[in-house]
Amino acid sequence: MLIKKPADIASSEITPKNVYLNRRNFLVGAALAGAAVAAGVGLNERRSPPVIVQANAKIDGVQKSKFSTSESVTPYKSVANYNNYYEFSTDKYAPAGLARDFKTRPWTVSIEGLVKKKQILDVDSIIKLAAPEERIYRHRCVEGWSIVVPWIGFPLSVLINRVEPETKAKFVKFTTIYDPKQMPGQRESVLAWPYVEGLRMDEAMHPLALLTFGMYGEILPNQDGAPLRIVMPWKYGFKSAKAIVKIEFTENQPINTWNEAAPNEYGFYANVNPNVDHPRWSQANERRLGDFLKRPTLIFNGYADQVASLYNGMDLRKYF
Amino acid sequence: MIRRLKPIVFLASLAPLARLAWKAYSGNLGANPIEVITHSTGDWTLIFLLVTLSVTPLRKLTDQLWLIRFRRMFGLFSFFYATLHFLTYIWLDKFFDMHEMLVDIAKRKFITVGFTGFVLLIPLAITSTSGWIRRLGGRRWNRLHRLIYPAAIAGVIHYYWLVKADVRKPLQYAAVLSLLLGYRLVISVFRNSRQTTMQDSRARACKSLASCPPSVRPAISVTTSRIRGEMLAGTKSQVDPSEAELIECALSGQEEEFRELARPCEHSWLLKLF
Repeated sequence: MLIKKPADIASSEITPKNVYLNRRNFLVGAALAGAAVAAGVGLNERRSPPVIVQANAKIDGVQKSKFSTSESVTPYKSVANYNNYYEFSTDKYAPAGLARDFKTRPWTVSIEGLVKKKQILDVDSIIKLAAPEERIYRHRCVEGWSIVVPWIGFPLSVLINRVEPETKAKFVKFTTIYDPKQMPGQRESVLAWPYVEGLRMDEAMHPLALLTFGMYGEILPNQDGAPLRIVMPWKYGFKSAKAIVKIEFTENQPINTWNEAAPNEYGFYANVNPNVDHPRWSQANERRLGDFLKRPTLIFNGYADQVASLYNGMDLRKYF
Repeated sequence: MIRRLKPIVFLASLAPLARLAWKAYSGNLGANPIEVITHSTGDWTLIFLLVTLSVTPLRKLTDQLWLIRFRRMFGLFSFFYATLHFLTYIWLDKFFDMHEMLVDIAKRKFITVGFTGFVLLIPLAITSTSGWIRRLGGRRWNRLHRLIYPAAIAGVIHYYWLVKADVRKPLQYAAVLSLLLGYRLVISVFRNSRQTTMQDSRARACKSLASCPPSVRPAISVTTSRIRGEMLAGTKSQVDPSEAELIECALSGQEEEFRELARPCEHSWLLKLF
């Protein structure tokens, strides 16, 4: 198969971040309950002192990455105001407002399943595991629109290696927080809450798989998945679970929420593929937010060189 | 009164478009303007379809005959927004690639059904003029314009099949549409009984008459005879023949008899529906 390399559009202007959100700058997490970290194993000794987490706080020491695209970055305003985040609302323009007061501290992530170092980790200890990198990734939604986002995080493999999965572990399952009090969308049974996503172990260990806590040089806005999410650039956006509270290592393939909701429309793999249509619409083209004309969608969202080998010999029509 | 109301309703019906235009001009259409335009024009097509379909039930429930004079305008606005919706699709989504559009229509059932609904509206828009009502004759015109029922059903299914998981909004449209179509279904079932029909139209005639001040009665008389003339010529079927006849009789002074006939319906709000 001839895999076209994405034509990297030479773009000098990276749209400056527009402080669009009239979000109250609020302070959370000043009091990090020490009890949050339960088991005294693993990374706990690395736990940082309480951090003041401020919305839009700058992240220092961010390193550039060779995986970044040079395509035009989508304006911050679009990425922070157009969110498929059904926990808050099915209206893409609503999460920015509804997530304003969402509490992202204190926040713990439970490491469970087939893993040697089962533990509950504080999110602030996780984000200090490695130096933050900026990864400018294409992000393609299954609905047919796309954005280019400068995420900040580090490879998911860093965390996975730290917790030492057992050899039996073949999959990683991510669970989003369930908190209907804070997330009005969860009061509706639009999807089966909590939101669950999963990856095959080799996908999760792939260097492109990003454990993400920032974007545009700053802490993630709540509506974009704060405090901790994953970003899987070669997969449709719904694979990139947000607001993660549990990471579980399993032997069997987890059932991801969208697959459960409509198995014929959303698979487990959900690799971006212009040749495999969604049953109800074509995936051949996409509208990059801000563009007037649609553009052709690239196989594996343009990351074929890096990830195609993960799926050698697999029928991508069957494993869509 | 209606003459003055019409331009107001017309302008109000343009408000959704004006709002879109203003938002586009001021750069407030959000991150995905084309999606907003597509969804908004689609929404307003359905809303106007439902409004059009509620005119007749509302007219009958409230005895406000003048409501019928807005039905055409609402229907045409539905077609207007449907056209904008369709243009958004072929222009901004398909860039006038007719081949791709045809593939889409054949392959994607939500587009197939949406396109069908749109096509069904075309003859209705064309024959919406008084000239066409005359040319077709009232009965045939009415029968043709029943195409609005499958068109509206297609529109709601189109929306239902489009959404990913949140079917609440399409279901709201479906609920209103079921109510409006269910009402017609119930009536047509009742209509099958001739007895009922006679009684209903008599009751209706009496009610409308009773609510008229004596000064306007001559005007009604003139209208009634015109309607009757049209009915005889086969160009009008809006008014039940017996109804027209009764109104006429009533106007010629037999009010006693009509009050008698009107009595059963006074105690049954249900009868009012007919």
